[in-house]
Amino acid sequence: MQTTSIHSKAASVEFRNVSKIYGETVTAVDGVSLKVEAGELVTLLGPSGCGKTTTLRMIAGLEMASSGSILIGDADVTLLPATDRDVSMVFQSYALFPHMSVLENVAYGLKVSGMKKPEVRVRALNGLELVGLTGYGDRLPSELSGGQQQRVAVARALVLEPQVLLFDEPLSNLDAKLRRQVREEIRELQQSLGLTVVYVTHDQEEALAVSDRIIVMRNAGIAQAGTPRELYEEPADSFVADFIGEANLMDVTIEQVDAVAGTAEVSLAGVNITLPSRGMVAGPAKLAVRPNRLELKAPEDVGGLPGTVIKCTYVGNHMEYVVRLAQGEWFATSDDVGTVHTAGAEVSVHFRARGPVLLSA
Amino acid sequence: MNRVVLLWLMVGVAGFCLLPWYVLEEGLWSFEWLFDGYPTDSDYAPAVFLLLQGEKLWLSPLLLFLLAPVLVIFRDKSDPLFSKVLCLAGGLGLLYLLAQGFSIGIRGWNSELLLAVFGELGDRQYGFGYGAMLLGISFLFYLTTGIAARGVVNGDVFVVGSIGFVIAMVGLFIFLPVLQMLSSALQDDQGQYSLLVFFSKFFDDKIWGLHCLVSSRGCGVAWNSLSLALLVGALTTLLGLVFALVATRSGLRQAHLLRPLTVLPIITPPFVIGLAIILLFGLSGTVTQFVADLFGLQPSRWVYGMPGILIAQLLSFTPIAFLVLIGVVEGISPSMEEASQTLRASRWQTFKTVSLPLMRPGLANAFLLGFIESMADFGNPLVLGGNFDVLSTEIFFAIVGAQNDQGKAAVLAIVLLIFTLTAFYAQRRWLGKKSYTTRTGKGDGGIPTKMPRRVLYPCYALVTIWGTFTLVVYGMIVYGGFVELWGLDHTLTFKHYITAFDVAINEHGIHWRGSAWDSFWTTLRIAATAAPLTAALGLVTAYLLVRQNFRGKNAFEFGTMLSFAIPGTVIGVAYILAFNVPPLELTGTGVILVISFIFRNMPVGVRAGIASMSQLDKSLDEASLTLGANTWRTFRQIILPLMRPAILAALVFSFVRAMTAISAVIFLVSAEHNMATSYIIGRVENNDYGIAIAYSTVLIVVMLSVVAIMQLAVGKAKTSRRTTPGLAVQAAPDAVVVR
Repeated sequence: MQTTSIHSKAASVEFRNVSKIYGETVTAVDGVSLKVEAGELVTLLGPSGCGKTTTLRMIAGLEMASSGSILIGDADVTLLPATDRDVSMVFQSYALFPHMSVLENVAYGLKVSGMKKPEVRVRALNGLELVGLTGYGDRLPSELSGGQQQRVAVARALVLEPQVLLFDEPLSNLDAKLRRQVREEIRELQQSLGLTVVYVTHDQEEALAVSDRIIVMRNAGIAQAGTPRELYEEPADSFVADFIGEANLMDVTIEQVDAVAGTAEVSLAGVNITLPSRGMVAGPAKLAVRPNRLELKAPEDVGGLPGTVIKCTYVGNHMEYVVRLAQGEWFATSDDVGTVHTAGAEVSVHFRARGPVLLSA
Repeated sequence: MNRVVLLWLMVGVAGFCLLPWYVLEEGLWSFEWLFDGYPTDSDYAPAVFLLLQGEKLWLSPLLLFLLAPVLVIFRDKSDPLFSKVLCLAGGLGLLYLLAQGFSIGIRGWNSELLLAVFGELGDRQYGFGYGAMLLGISFLFYLTTGIAARGVVNGDVFVVGSIGFVIAMVGLFIFLPVLQMLSSALQDDQGQYSLLVFFSKFFDDKIWGLHCLVSSRGCGVAWNSLSLALLVGALTTLLGLVFALVATRSGLRQAHLLRPLTVLPIITPPFVIGLAIILLFGLSGTVTQFVADLFGLQPSRWVYGMPGILIAQLLSFTPIAFLVLIGVVEGISPSMEEASQTLRASRWQTFKTVSLPLMRPGLANAFLLGFIESMADFGNPLVLGGNFDVLSTEIFFAIVGAQNDQGKAAVLAIVLLIFTLTAFYAQRRWLGKKSYTTRTGKGDGGIPTKMPRRVLYPCYALVTIWGTFTLVVYGMIVYGGFVELWGLDHTLTFKHYITAFDVAINEHGIHWRGSAWDSFWTTLRIAATAAPLTAALGLVTAYLLVRQNFRGKNAFEFGTMLSFAIPGTVIGVAYILAFNVPPLELTGTGVILVISFIFRNMPVGVRAGIASMSQLDKSLDEASLTLGANTWRTFRQIILPLMRPAILAALVFSFVRAMTAISAVIFLVSAEHNMATSYIIGRVENNDYGIAIAYSTVLIVVMLSVVAIMQLAVGKAKTSRRTTPGLAVQAAPDAVVVR
């Protein structure tokens, strides 16, 4: 997959206070500002209806911004229609033209841009080679498997050497096993060609796996932007904490803050924990704890919260528990499938190190 | 250099400098002018030669508008001057072109006012010809290019141009004639406008009288039409539902035999059923004679009037209701009914509480269609009406009869239009959004539930009776053509076929001696000309409706679908009134027939296009756009190839409908351009049933083969490797609706 006669003209993408309003009232994107650097893979992540696809389509020029400006490279493209933007897109349904062969599909954009026939052919064949489909050129899209169709769609977008390459939930039509493989291929291509990629998905695991940076969207706006690790370990609020990897949320009180060490003393039903203060002050706060950062121990173990297991599920490589505590029902996972706390068992719930994250109340 | 502006500049220059400016008396397709005095003879001269000879000087400002865009052709399209110049040149040019056309006619100035202001003109002009047409087109596209440059619809020249073109065409050939008709309804005999005259005509006793309730005198035509249409709407809906249930829910293996029924209204000229009814129940009809002999009764003329029209219209329009309701019944997901049954409902309860309520909007739809069909029907009332007058035939007689009262025809046409438009409006506003189609595509398994017996058995009975009746009627049509003289002499003969379709071969080649050939070839030629234009206009409109968003789209859609609801008789009258004088001088030509077909049948193309286009994944277009193709290229290379089956269907249906149309045609035919249907009606009026029926049979056979060939071709397209399946004949269901 390393042969490249395909070069990248990667450019940055910038939104300045962009809004999209449908009709009079429906605000799909509300005053979003963001920047995607050249050569970076950024994921737009969020629940359905959060505005991520609209944002992507505004980069492509398939939707026009109602206000604000959009820049690709240094050029303001706000008013340019899709045809005139140097952006390619891989569609969720792949959108391969069913009446054209695979090669014709890949060559379409080159042909349309007025390139000479022999060159079109060479470049299209190169594109197919790049995605590992040499020899499939004469087939019709309907004669390929889902994964192969997906690659044709990628090749078709790549051969144009776009400034920005867009992916709209490209894996959602593939079965689970293929997803991991294709997602790795996309990431490899992006890195080896140095492409600027904007990628839309609602699957947080996929986002964590492929992205340089993730932009989490909610209700037409940006909830948080950052690297996968930042988002996972330091979510800005409870929405992000819960959306990126589940989290148990609980009300706590910050007893005192050590400004020098940057730590906070938190008490929760008599259990005291010390953890990074993240700039918060004493008073009520929220604590987010990932399920795998909770540890269930025997009830005699001190330093934990007392609880009762009400559900216990074996899912192969780990155990899943629902535990009822005074603070509510928590969800915990454990890699230890050997020791099982059956439903009804009394347990002591402990926090693992680097587990809990403080959020503002 | 802007290539779009260059293109339209060249078209405009060709129109102004090369082609004859005025309409050619010999017809659009004659080319005698090329050898007969062109380019200086003032009948054939292009505008520029007229001006050089010092004639028609009022045409000179057009040159200014034509050439103005040269100033900006090298400018960027985002330059405000570019759009300003184009908009002004196109818009003012178009206005001036029309204004001079409407102001100066064959007798000089067209209005007293202009005469008073400018004095005697001493010159005259005829209708627009090739030259004026091309110049008008070039102005139109100047205007749309200018508007596009202002950023409308993302500055898309192709889309804005198409929208402008469709609006111009619909405005010119639907709204203008209808408005002209309205205005002539407002005029009294001296041509003065008067509301009083209009109201006295509109509320005339002959239209709205209610004498039939109290005395033996007949009621007004409006009530006749209305009561007939209500009855036909209700009964066709009932019969259609029965057929649909038997076809889809009876579990009967023979049920698929009912489907061909749906082809019947497509291939049957509207009055043919009326003819067959006369053969059966007329004074010398088979059934009448038989019953009279059996019971010793005096044969009566009972069938002429309401009963006859009712029977004929039920026979003609039930298949349409059937077609609509098949879709509705099949649209109900079996899982709904299965769910109901698993909830302990019996079959009858399921039918009553789940299936039937889900069909309600479909039933209302079928009713309104039947209503509009019956209102608009012209052929059957003409053949079977007797003393029972309805609006559509009264309009005809007001024009062609001894009265020749265009004002009265216009008023009657308005009454008819009010009825059909109300029904059309109701259908769209009230039912348009209400769809209970529950089938969602994926994962909707299940087997359609069988009907409960107490529904099914009466249905069987009705279907059997009705099916037999239909068979007899069509049998009559075929048989009637081979009978010497119906009711008197039933010996078999080829006489009628020979009279109509005799062919001799002599030294000059084939000699088409039969009396019908002339109208037959004219019909084929005109239908074949109209079909591709209809399909093209329809598909472009469908594309704009399905794939583009622009302000005023709803009004645009309403306007393009409006001709659905305008009865043919109304169009006929309106065209006569609007296109009899310059600048649009079309009556008596073949062109007016072609145009009337295009705009009468355009909704067929639009529906076919919408049906198949909404099945094309929208991201196909978007993919093409993001790959750098513009909308025109996307339309041509992606959408059109994928819609091939729909295009074929639209072509065939507009062709066939053009062959069977009668209502508008009968006003527009001329001695030179006679159509098959009006020829047949002429024979019927002369009581020459033999030829009429023989000719009808031939038409039916011709159209049946055309439809069959299309079905085959589409079937092939479906199985061939290179086409997307599933787009084929969805076009059909809507295609027949409303003549």
